[in-house]
Amino acid sequence: MSAPQKHDRATIERHGLNDEEYQRIVKSLGREPSLTELGIFSVMWSEHCSYKSSRVHLRNLPTTGPRVLQGPGENAGAVDIGDGLAAVFKIESHNHPSFIEPYQGAATGVGGIIRDIFTMGARPIALMNSLRFGELDDPRVRRNMEGVVAGIAGYGNSIGIPTVGGEIAFEECYTGNPLVNVFCLGIAKADEIIKGVAKGTGNPVYYVGSKTGRDGIHGATMASAEFDENSAEKRPAVQVGDPFMEKLLLEACLEVMKTDALIGIQDMGAAGLTCSTCEMGSRGGAGIDIDVAHVPQRETGMTAYEIMLSESQERMLLVVKRGREREVEEIFEKWDLHAAHIGEVTDDGLMRVRDRGTVVAEIPTGALTDDAPVYTRPMSTPPYLSDVQALSLPEKPASADVDALRALLASPAIASKHWVYRQYDHMVRTNTLVLPGMGAGVVRVKGTNRALALSVDGNGRYSYLDPYRGAILAVVEAARNVACAGAEPIGATNCLNFGNPERPEIMWQFGKAVEGITAACQALDIPITGGNVSLYNETDGKAIYPTPVLGVVGLIEDASKVLGRCFKSSGDAIVLLGETRHELGGSEYLKVTQRLTAGMPPDVDLKAERALQQLLVASAREELLLSAHDCAEGGLAVTLSECAFGTGGVGLRVDVPAVDAPAAWASVAALFSETASRVVVSVPREKLGALLDRARALGVPAREIGATGTGRISVSINGQGVIDIGVHEAEAIWDGALEEYFKQRAA
Amino acid sequence: MRARVFVTLKPSVFDPQGKTIVDALHSLGYGGVEDVRQGKYFELELAADSSDKARSMASEVADKLLANPVIESYRIEVEGK
Amino acid sequence: MRFAVIVFPGSNCDHDAHHAAKEVLGQEAEFVWHKETDLRGADAVILPGGFSHGDYLRTGAIARFSPVMDAVKKFAAAGGPVLGICNGFQILLEAGLLPGAMLRNRGLKFRCEHVHVRVEQTDTPFTLACRQHQVLRMPIAHGEGNYFTTPDELRKLEQNRQIVFRYADAQGEVSDEANPNGSIQSIAGICSEQRNVVGLMPHPERACELSLGSADGLVMFESVVKAHAAGLFAVAASVAKAGALTAAGSASS
Repeated sequence: MSAPQKHDRATIERHGLNDEEYQRIVKSLGREPSLTELGIFSVMWSEHCSYKSSRVHLRNLPTTGPRVLQGPGENAGAVDIGDGLAAVFKIESHNHPSFIEPYQGAATGVGGIIRDIFTMGARPIALMNSLRFGELDDPRVRRNMEGVVAGIAGYGNSIGIPTVGGEIAFEECYTGNPLVNVFCLGIAKADEIIKGVAKGTGNPVYYVGSKTGRDGIHGATMASAEFDENSAEKRPAVQVGDPFMEKLLLEACLEVMKTDALIGIQDMGAAGLTCSTCEMGSRGGAGIDIDVAHVPQRETGMTAYEIMLSESQERMLLVVKRGREREVEEIFEKWDLHAAHIGEVTDDGLMRVRDRGTVVAEIPTGALTDDAPVYTRPMSTPPYLSDVQALSLPEKPASADVDALRALLASPAIASKHWVYRQYDHMVRTNTLVLPGMGAGVVRVKGTNRALALSVDGNGRYSYLDPYRGAILAVVEAARNVACAGAEPIGATNCLNFGNPERPEIMWQFGKAVEGITAACQALDIPITGGNVSLYNETDGKAIYPTPVLGVVGLIEDASKVLGRCFKSSGDAIVLLGETRHELGGSEYLKVTQRLTAGMPPDVDLKAERALQQLLVASAREELLLSAHDCAEGGLAVTLSECAFGTGGVGLRVDVPAVDAPAAWASVAALFSETASRVVVSVPREKLGALLDRARALGVPAREIGATGTGRISVSINGQGVIDIGVHEAEAIWDGALEEYFKQRAA
Repeated sequence: MRARVFVTLKPSVFDPQGKTIVDALHSLGYGGVEDVRQGKYFELELAADSSDKARSMASEVADKLLANPVIESYRIEVEGK
Repeated sequence: MRFAVIVFPGSNCDHDAHHAAKEVLGQEAEFVWHKETDLRGADAVILPGGFSHGDYLRTGAIARFSPVMDAVKKFAAAGGPVLGICNGFQILLEAGLLPGAMLRNRGLKFRCEHVHVRVEQTDTPFTLACRQHQVLRMPIAHGEGNYFTTPDELRKLEQNRQIVFRYADAQGEVSDEANPNGSIQSIAGICSEQRNVVGLMPHPERACELSLGSADGLVMFESVVKAHAAGLFAVAASVAKAGALTAAGSASS
């Protein structure tokens, strides 16, 4: 284990490395690696840690801007929000573990992203999540979803950070590959952001948090002679989260950060102690020398290999200024935490691991990080694409108007997610200005007049049909949701969930999606400050839909001007911003009523989208609007209905223009098309003129379509009535649908 | 010495978890399971040199912390090493 | 007046309670760490919500042994106002400062939402400024709020008028439908025999500002300020500090 040795093919393969990669290792070391070194390379050069398949594409994302304080490359990104403060945020995935053990997989996902935020010196103030499951008719899917939601709730509630919103979608392709993407936002002083860096020869390196066990040591199941034959069964496949420990760590670390005794700090996430050690060294251009004998362990007989690769949760690595050790140790002791001195910063640029003094690994940190392999994998257009993009609608719709609306309101994708978010504490910390289910989540920034609006949006179905457009739609929807709250989008983070990148069609999807994100972020002037890539989401060769998920953060200068989706009272004007076109491709309507996933996703005019968002932000500032809700799944009919829900029965009566479509499909096209860049707003009568003027000045189509009131949802197209249903009746369908699925017994 | 402490809800206390488990078992076809009460199980490693000593330590610990006397009762098993 | 907000490892709503007392109400408020034994001249003590010790073993089961609880018990025995919110209520139950125990919500899931409670007693320090049967809209956020006690103890609570809040609908009707967790008799909060210790599951500190959805909780804080100004439920300065303490009148259980 400690001595360099020639490794056989099987061992190398079990470590997830190919011949070429192995030769690279030998070259960078100038010799064969020890088993411990092989383990270290295998995790650092894994897809998850090295981004080897995705880096060439991610390089093109726009990551700069006047507000950007920290772009990709650190534990989280940061943007300036004024008053000397920064919003620190990121999104991450924990997909595979959430299939194996839904509760703990999701819980540890939450724990991981929270650590990424407070390790930067920011106090986490909000969580959101984007989830994808199979169809809910399947009892296994219901069990999976229940576990995931309980896990997110269990961890987030316990640590006391509110989960203020998110999104959930259901597609068969996610049955064996659920997606759990978790987003976290924190606030830090802009000039007190702390990096994951090791500097200053002789500065002590500390480990604090949970003891290290054999959790999550993947893909290195060894029947090697050096290991105890019972090693495999001793290794728990699932990491169990401890939110209480993380709460203590969070408070203690924030306290330590207030002193200036810290040089750098990083949490131990994927690839555990290995990753934090070499990344901190690499960033600081320094070396780190540690002895695993000093690492607190909760199992006996752990080898250096196991200690370095363990993914035990709730652990942090710190570099402290020499001479300030006692100060730091005392703060941790106050919180009943033991900070263990495990090593030193050196000047030789090497990651050196000892085991009771004996060197078992010695690797240049750069070899593990910057010099990790970078692949330009082949891409080719998937053969299925032209088939699915061709949409041939039947002669007439199977279901239309109010029947279709009922079906859509009851579909899990659209139905109220109340059953879910009621399990999340969304009010702790008394900052939540807009409750979940209302559009973007909004939290105030105490000590200022500002608020931050957050939205996570992704789509798999659109991206399956056209990854470039799908990705653009994900970006604009997230940004639009934030703008609907009255906030100016100022930063974004992305989570890219895809199948096996070694398949050219998947890589093509990935490349196109990143192109789409780039185009949309550039057009909207929203920098990407960091994110995550999750690949290999497939079972038996069947991949998930390509699913880019975006988390967008927006700034509201005056928290009293926040907007939500609900109509406020009767007699207000309803205005449609944007125009509807006949665009049913990839729509929820087609999926729910025709069981069809086909066509091109809606087109996006990025200039028009930008103008729309600017209009929303400006109008909110001028207090011209009472509510704003963007048109997404289900189209205009669903959007209008949602504006009426949660209002105690305030209805609407609107007349919308006809859409250019075949006669039999005309009303369906007008009601359920998912054309982009549309928002429904309600406006007090006396401000209607001003709003229409602003819209005209920005070139945003705006039309008064009706008024709030009547207690019914009444929609006509060019004077022809197509929908008339009581608000309470429609709301009951929407409200109760999801809960119905979970009342069923798991058989 | 090792002591096992079994903590259970007092009979008068409603056990929604136990009830849910019964319902689930019934829907899986185990109609013969008439009732389930869920409790907690603790394994204590004790520095005691006799089983009496171990029992008395476990009892004290159960009274003080492991069980809530308002709603829970407990029993102890001791096994020698 | 001065509020002491006790902070246990795992307390989450300490900042919220502090904010309500200080920023919203304009009073003095201090954090008191669970290892401290001195309440530093506090006029009222708040045990805030959260997950002290992760709720491991049972909620509140470990926090009740914290060093600070001695001082809290003595403060309570001397008649000082003590408010236990959510986890704070659970800690008061485990510590024996209030009778009864908490079970898991009957629906087995954590619930975070606004509920209504009806004020049943207006002679506690935290309901002094309320009207009898006033309805307050406040958020709950708990997985174990199902209050339970024995039939004998329940009879005593009723006889002594110790049930302070019951879950109700917006019109103030108490019903099973309006009960979010299955608690016995729809009990949302109770007080001690001496009436100065009050525990409730809903979060009044989350209902002090309209921008957050409701300001109905403010009246509970205003009550204790009013009580203090009128010299009610006052405690001798020497008792609010460690030092001159007697064993007499220790916590009722």
